[in-house]
Amino acid sequence: MIRFDNVSKLYPGQARGALEDITLDVEKGEFVFLVGASGSGKSTFLRLVLKEERPTAGRIFVAGKELARLSQWKVPALRRQIGTVFQDFRLLANKTVFENVAFAMEVIGRSRGQIHRDVPAVLELVGLDGKEDRMPDQLSGGEQQRVAIARAFVNRPAIVIADEPTGNLDPTTSVGIMKLLDRINRTGTTVVMATHDSTIVDQMRKRVVELEDGQLVRDQSRGVYGYSR
Amino acid sequence: MRLQYVLKDIGIGLRRNLTMTVALVVVTTVSLSLLGVGLLMREQVALTKGYWYDRVEISVFLCNEFDTGANCAGGKASKEQKAAIRQTLGGSPEVQRVFFETQEQAYQRFKLRFNADLADNITPNQLQESYRIKLKNPEKYEGVVSAVSGLAGVFEVSDQRSTLGPIFDIINRLQWATWAASVALLTAALLLTGILIRVAAFNRRRETSIMRLVGAASFYIQLPFILEAVVASVIGAALACGLLAAFQVLVVQGQLERLRFTQWVGWQQVLSIYPWLFAAGVALAVVAAFVTLRRYLRV
Repeated sequence: MIRFDNVSKLYPGQARGALEDITLDVEKGEFVFLVGASGSGKSTFLRLVLKEERPTAGRIFVAGKELARLSQWKVPALRRQIGTVFQDFRLLANKTVFENVAFAMEVIGRSRGQIHRDVPAVLELVGLDGKEDRMPDQLSGGEQQRVAIARAFVNRPAIVIADEPTGNLDPTTSVGIMKLLDRINRTGTTVVMATHDSTIVDQMRKRVVELEDGQLVRDQSRGVYGYSR
Repeated sequence: MRLQYVLKDIGIGLRRNLTMTVALVVVTTVSLSLLGVGLLMREQVALTKGYWYDRVEISVFLCNEFDTGANCAGGKASKEQKAAIRQTLGGSPEVQRVFFETQEQAYQRFKLRFNADLADNITPNQLQESYRIKLKNPEKYEGVVSAVSGLAGVFEVSDQRSTLGPIFDIINRLQWATWAASVALLTAALLLTGILIRVAAFNRRRETSIMRLVGAASFYIQLPFILEAVVASVIGAALACGLLAAFQVLVVQGQLERLRFTQWVGWQQVLSIYPWLFAAGVALAVVAAFVTLRRYLRV
């Protein structure tokens, strides 16, 4: 589903590459934790998958397409296959829960009928049924993140990318979010999650990819956060 | 659904940047009004030329028995001389028609133009016979004038166009000045549009970043910003049309039409300019939007 072939990324004016010679294969339906310290290259990795950045060297394949060969006007089609969740939720403060989720469907031209069918279903999936008309500031952090996940998932993407989705949440709430991502993963959706949260990684026992200074230092199935160094 | 979303977005954007929108509308109005006045002046020049060229002719005055001068050594122009002049005029490709005015006809005209007392003091033979020449293209008079000026029997060649020259000069210069001013203001409007869109893009960076992430097409992301600028420009163009109409009523009809030396621009000319003002306004907005969005709304 996601394949990196000897990918390097060097930002202009920086001596060390943000990513150096990464080769990695994520299968369809996999759940992958991307761990590493701040500045290790996790965010660059995710941005490369979304084609927000171009690699300096190497080839990237996402959902069967080589990104370098994807013309700029086809990038939106690529992004429709990827749902994205962030640490800071990125909800629209002036829209209700329903409207925030519906927004993702409106802007890609889905019909009103489809929106009224799919949005309630996905809100139920994330456990927010009954809160459709709340504004984001009337929700807890965990609930806001659930809205963000609903928005990322409502168009049924093949891949969900989550960048520190539990970074702003307390441990109990984080567990709830993880269960939700796990449930989404079980629908066959590939999930790639960048995180600092060792407890979660240790509990979930999923594949762990660790980056350090832009280098791939570990790729372990059913791994834990830390090395037993 | 999409249309409704786009329209809602435009309204929100324009209201959120109200000061900027008003500034843009004002600058667009003034610059497009000046453009309109410039275009109107061009129409006026065309009208004035048409009005006068219908009346303009070249007159070749022939020597009479009293005249002295280089070409009048033989006294009154002879038959042979007249035939030579006539032949020269007839052979010129620029000449449309030639009339011959006899001394008697010249005297009748003189009586019409001046009062009878004055006419009583002269006799037809004191006046000159002349060829009156109508040109195919009134702007091309030099060839004919120089061809006949040196011929024997020609007293003087007078060309009325030379008296109109200064008038056209003034109108032409006014027209250029208006256009220069309107170009300067249109540039300001272009830059203001750019800033308006930049501010709007910055205000809505959250929405656009989410739109980007869920895979909205770039044109769809940009459309509200482009339309916002277009709406402001169209309002400006509409106001400019109103100002131009006021100019027509107050200045042209109110003042200028009292001056009867030419035909003045009318509503037909004013209305013919309106589409151009709207076109210029929309083009301005679209150009500014595309340039700005390329830089400030990466997709």
